Amino acid sequence: MSENLHWVGYKTIVRKEITRILRIWGQTIVPPAITMTLYFIIFGELIGRRIGEMGGFTYMQYIVPGLIIMSVITNSYGNMVSSFFGAKFGKHIEELLISPLPNWVILAGYVTGALTRGLMVGGVVMAVSLLFTPIEVQHPLVMLTVLLLTAIVFSLAGLINAIFAQKFDDIAIIPTFVLAPLTYLGGVFYSIALLPAFWQKVSVVNPILYMVNGFRYGMLGVSDVSLVATYGVIIIAGAVLFTGCMILLHKGTGLRT
Amino acid sequence: MYALEINNLRKTYKNGVEALKGISLKVEEGDFFALLGPNGAGKSTLIGIISSLVNATSGETLVFGTSVQKDRSKAMAQIGLVPQELNFNQFEKPMEIVVNQAGYYGIPREIALDRAEKYLKQLDLWDKAEKISRTLSGGMKRRLMIARAMVNEPRLLILDEPTAGVDIEIRRSMWEFVKDINNHGTTVILTTHYLEEAESLCRNIAIIDHGEIIKNTDMRSLLATLDVETFVLDLREAIVDCPAVDGIDIVVRDDRTLEASIPKQKSLNTLFAELERQGIHVLSMRNKANRLEELFMKLVDRGAAQGVEAA
Repeated sequence: MSENLHWVGYKTIVRKEITRILRIWGQTIVPPAITMTLYFIIFGELIGRRIGEMGGFTYMQYIVPGLIIMSVITNSYGNMVSSFFGAKFGKHIEELLISPLPNWVILAGYVTGALTRGLMVGGVVMAVSLLFTPIEVQHPLVMLTVLLLTAIVFSLAGLINAIFAQKFDDIAIIPTFVLAPLTYLGGVFYSIALLPAFWQKVSVVNPILYMVNGFRYGMLGVSDVSLVATYGVIIIAGAVLFTGCMILLHKGTGLRT
Repeated sequence: MYALEINNLRKTYKNGVEALKGISLKVEEGDFFALLGPNGAGKSTLIGIISSLVNATSGETLVFGTSVQKDRSKAMAQIGLVPQELNFNQFEKPMEIVVNQAGYYGIPREIALDRAEKYLKQLDLWDKAEKISRTLSGGMKRRLMIARAMVNEPRLLILDEPTAGVDIEIRRSMWEFVKDINNHGTTVILTTHYLEEAESLCRNIAIIDHGEIIKNTDMRSLLATLDVETFVLDLREAIVDCPAVDGIDIVVRDDRTLEASIPKQKSLNTLFAELERQGIHVLSMRNKANRLEELFMKLVDRGAAQGVEAA
């Protein structure tokens, strides 16, 4: 019974989340595709041509992995925080809270939903990028695992934001003031080798640097950081955030009074 | 085994408010149980703890012998909750809402679809199954929450003011549905503002006030404690002076309406005979308030002047 409960419950949450993503596709899928197309045109085509090569690739090719992983980060986080906070705000999270589902199933369901949106948008951005430049994937397994793990990490981070959020303004603070600066400074548009020594040292404390470069290694075969460091940072961040999420769900913080 | 057993349950919120002060309560399996109390008495906190939405400070809550605090999952599998406030996604369709709820209880989709159809039909919502829930009327939304609560076929159904703001026709059809469920063995716990409904539907009752159970008995015994009933009498002709009847308090509401408070040991025949003797003819008569309302007001120590507000 409990295996059935967990599996059916998990599938139900995932189905519900994917239905939601597709129902509001104009808000979930289209805007990142448009934004990234603009990035490709402006930075890749217009400015990129003047910049020349970076890491042995055209500038357009160099920024493709960064823009894909940036979309995945933003959308995994955004999906989790908006969906979970929306459910909390509308009180329909109570449908799950009064059910027999354990917290880890609820968490797994929501993370899978957020991950799915991240991957859907990542796929769309990749398809758009192919209109501008050919890409030959060097290490598909690395590319896929970094993508999946990064999406999981930011889904978990989004849940913590949603749990503590009291109003809709609260779900915009982290993406605007933390996530966006860290992503832009995480090597999406440049190699940190271009930075002065001091800023290179500052950059290595930014976890997103490892995700961007790990993914870039998977696609292009070049990276500013080692693969071990990439996986290490992602796994540690994931473990810490997962533990945090489980503790908060167990205590019922922001959900049960 | 009891459907619900609560032992010395306490809840103190972070702001220091002591919502429950060590209450104990037992609800028999198959019962139709009324939980009444004024606003702020602690009913919602109690229901929140039973349904695990509120963490108890101390004490124990057992649902069919399973502790909500120790084995939440097993306890919750036996409960269906119709909350006071609307708590479904208003952008989803009734069918989606009910089927998803079944999924959260581990009910496979094929069975969930059949059950959703069954309960949406029973609650007269089948033609709205594929409409966006936001477009449903208030009564339909309330019935949707009952269908959702029934989809896991709970052994204990908790209805927290399910008919608030619902018109009389729909309210009656909802009660017929819930009575039928109860007749088929589901234990029902009800809170309501409409005390005449609690009186006609429920077999046992607890009244909670200031976080304490002030009365917990069967409905018949409770109503038997009512020592005075007040009737409103409509008169055929206008009167000038208030008639006097020995042992009965009479108040003139207007020149064609009287209010008579009659002790239980007095016969109504005495009143009518005396009024007849004084040349006063009564056209019709009704209870001023529902009997349970009168008792309720006495028990929670609130004057009739404040108006009746229960649950």
